[in-house]
Amino acid sequence: MELLGHLADGFATSLSPLNLFIVLIGVTAGLFIGAMPGLGSVNGVAIVLPITFIVPPSSAIILLAAIYYGAMYGGAVSSILLGIPGASTAVATTFDGRPMAQQGKAGLALIAAACASFVGGTISVILFTLFAAPLADVALAFGPAEEFALVLLAFTTFVGLGGDDVLKTIIMICLGLALSTVGLDLISGQPRLIFFDQPGFYSGISFLVLAIGIYGIGEILYTIETQKTAPQVTPAKLTFTDLWYGIKEINKLWKTMSFGSIMGFFVGMLPAAGATPAALMAYGIAKLTSKKSDQFGKGAIEGVAAPETANNAASTGSLLPMLTLGIPGSPTTALLLGGMVMWGLVPGPMLFIEQPDFVWGLISSLYTANLAAVLVNLALIPLFVWALRMPFTVLCSIVFILCIVGGFAPSQKMHDVWLIVGFGVFGYILRKADYPMAPLVLALVLGPLMEKSFRQTLISEQGNVMAFVERPLSGAFIAISVVFFLLPMLKHFKRWFGRGTAATN
Amino acid sequence: MTNIFTRRIAMAAAASLALTAALPAAAENWKPQKPVEMVIMAGQGGGADRLARLFQSIIQKENLSSMPILPVNKGGGSGAEALRYLKDKQGDNHTIMATLNSYYTTPLRTDIGVNIEEFTPVARMALDTFVLWVNADSDIQTLDDYVAAVKASGGSWKMGGTGTGQEDSLVTAMLQDEFDIDVTYVPFKGGGDVAKNLVGGHIDSSVNNPSEALGFYQAGKLRPIAAFTPDRIEVFPDTPTMTELGHELVYSMQRSFVAPAGMAPEAVAYYTEMFEKLNASEEWQTYTQEKALMPDFLTGDDLQSYFLDERAKHADLLKTADGESS
Repeated sequence: MELLGHLADGFATSLSPLNLFIVLIGVTAGLFIGAMPGLGSVNGVAIVLPITFIVPPSSAIILLAAIYYGAMYGGAVSSILLGIPGASTAVATTFDGRPMAQQGKAGLALIAAACASFVGGTISVILFTLFAAPLADVALAFGPAEEFALVLLAFTTFVGLGGDDVLKTIIMICLGLALSTVGLDLISGQPRLIFFDQPGFYSGISFLVLAIGIYGIGEILYTIETQKTAPQVTPAKLTFTDLWYGIKEINKLWKTMSFGSIMGFFVGMLPAAGATPAALMAYGIAKLTSKKSDQFGKGAIEGVAAPETANNAASTGSLLPMLTLGIPGSPTTALLLGGMVMWGLVPGPMLFIEQPDFVWGLISSLYTANLAAVLVNLALIPLFVWALRMPFTVLCSIVFILCIVGGFAPSQKMHDVWLIVGFGVFGYILRKADYPMAPLVLALVLGPLMEKSFRQTLISEQGNVMAFVERPLSGAFIAISVVFFLLPMLKHFKRWFGRGTAATN
Repeated sequence: MTNIFTRRIAMAAAASLALTAALPAAAENWKPQKPVEMVIMAGQGGGADRLARLFQSIIQKENLSSMPILPVNKGGGSGAEALRYLKDKQGDNHTIMATLNSYYTTPLRTDIGVNIEEFTPVARMALDTFVLWVNADSDIQTLDDYVAAVKASGGSWKMGGTGTGQEDSLVTAMLQDEFDIDVTYVPFKGGGDVAKNLVGGHIDSSVNNPSEALGFYQAGKLRPIAAFTPDRIEVFPDTPTMTELGHELVYSMQRSFVAPAGMAPEAVAYYTEMFEKLNASEEWQTYTQEKALMPDFLTGDDLQSYFLDERAKHADLLKTADGESS
């Protein structure tokens, strides 16, 4: 009951008129920032951080939390409408969100994403409220071996449940991992794969550059070729009846969403893991357990709901190690951490004891930010859908401009723009050859974490590879990974023996 | 001959004095035209990162800069990413970089085409301290316990720290050399990560800066064994220094700011003045006391010669460290 008392105090802060106003501004700004390919919650929080000095710390953190949540909602918007994931966390949303938009169901997909994000956010905030302090110990139990096993699990989810050609998926993962080693060695600092001695490669290849190139430019090229005259998408209309219908549809997905929320929260909570593997694994598992698993990848509403619940839940989860241990789980929480230091708060084990007002003000603002985000998002869906009704020639040019600007803005280097164009052509060829893009992009994001944790474990265990299997948590993850990895082969063999050699695909 | 020489020096000194006198006036003329990027040579959450963000917040609060300061982490490859980045920013008046000791060690260890002599020194804010830590659940209470435990482990003792060749690994090499012990050094991305892994029991000891481990220490999760400082650290009055225990092990980390090569002198003067005011601020002075930092302000040519001295010292240290590991 002490908990409820704290929470009530927190709500007293977060429901003041000033703070409610701040939440609305924050989520709206966050939504648009997240919806722009190239900008994400990191940029949003970074831009606003300096302004937060004019309001008291409790209002400042509310503003930042609102932007954080708004941007997480917004990430789905560009994934669905344009097929370009604005952040690595929204890659899994493109799998089914994009096909839905192409079938003229963009509105429904957006509603599903918004509602699923709300469910994920809410369930995870409740988990956060109840278990924040004890769960910090779980985060501590995660060492390098466990981190490696978790990333491996994310990859094998892909291979086992992705549905694409297994060999092609593995090739793309390997290519992504190779690209992720470009730049300076994480441990020794030696330069690696600096192509043509270009200094731009010292900082590696960023997710944004690859994603914008492959999904943005590559997609434009492909669409221009395939649909010279026909509009790119069936124009979608949206009325209140549609909205109501969408919400009813979502209501049927409780199982998928609860599972996605809980899993997202726990994966997000692990330092360094974050929302990207969480969204991916939620997608894989939803597909595995769904009765309509053959619909996945072709526009299943569950395929939008699962990753969206998980990535929002994970973004709440990643606040936990930041507050309780002072270790940020994602780049955005690192900025929030910086903000807290600026306001004279010391994140870490003592924060809950020394600064209860702040902690509970933040937690309660997560509830209000989440509610505000879903309302603002639903209200803006007609506007987003309207954007799709632009003539293809106009939309295509706008997307192209967004891609170039979005790629240039973060690093301000022409090097990145040329890379984007290069990756665009590469992505176009890959699409023609029917290679899946997502494994490539995600391997680039998770590769550094995988390599680092693998090497750390080997160093600390004196080169004993068995260490990964001997530790209970990582052993369990690896066992599940092996099963996932073998899954497509089992299916393959079953088909082979069942139907003869005809069904090799 | 000597006479001419000294006279020249005197003239040069007079000229530079005149220049410093003229600087404040020039500083008033130059102001940043756009947000200033503050490059951090380390990952998020570590000591360097927190400190750089603290500086940013004080600058903002006290209104020391007319334009906002934006911190950017470039922690890859023991700071090599940041050094390369600063090199590419030659002549830029809107970039400054917060440094660690990897400022000298990384270019010494890897061929990244960076010579720190080319960069423009701005200001040294403080010297950070190092402490030997173990998990509070361990039986180790004293330095003797520690040495005995490491020896008993037969080389499998896991010492966590930042990237190989960075400060933590040098302190570890000094320890190994002094006590004739052998540890397995496990590199992590930042000091915050190291502290977390020590609390979680994934490594056996660390040489974290006090600011990185302080939160866990106050929560009773970590235990300081000995400090690598000349005198006892105020916040750990019961922790002996290595020197007290009869071992000449003193090491500190400089926390400074540098600018790209070819920054306009007016801009350098502007930033120098900004950091001078920052150094005088009450918030910074309190912070250094609480977090066991030694404030030690230094600017201009003195700072450059300090950097070059330290670089020479670290070249020797690295040789010893490499000898240890091979």
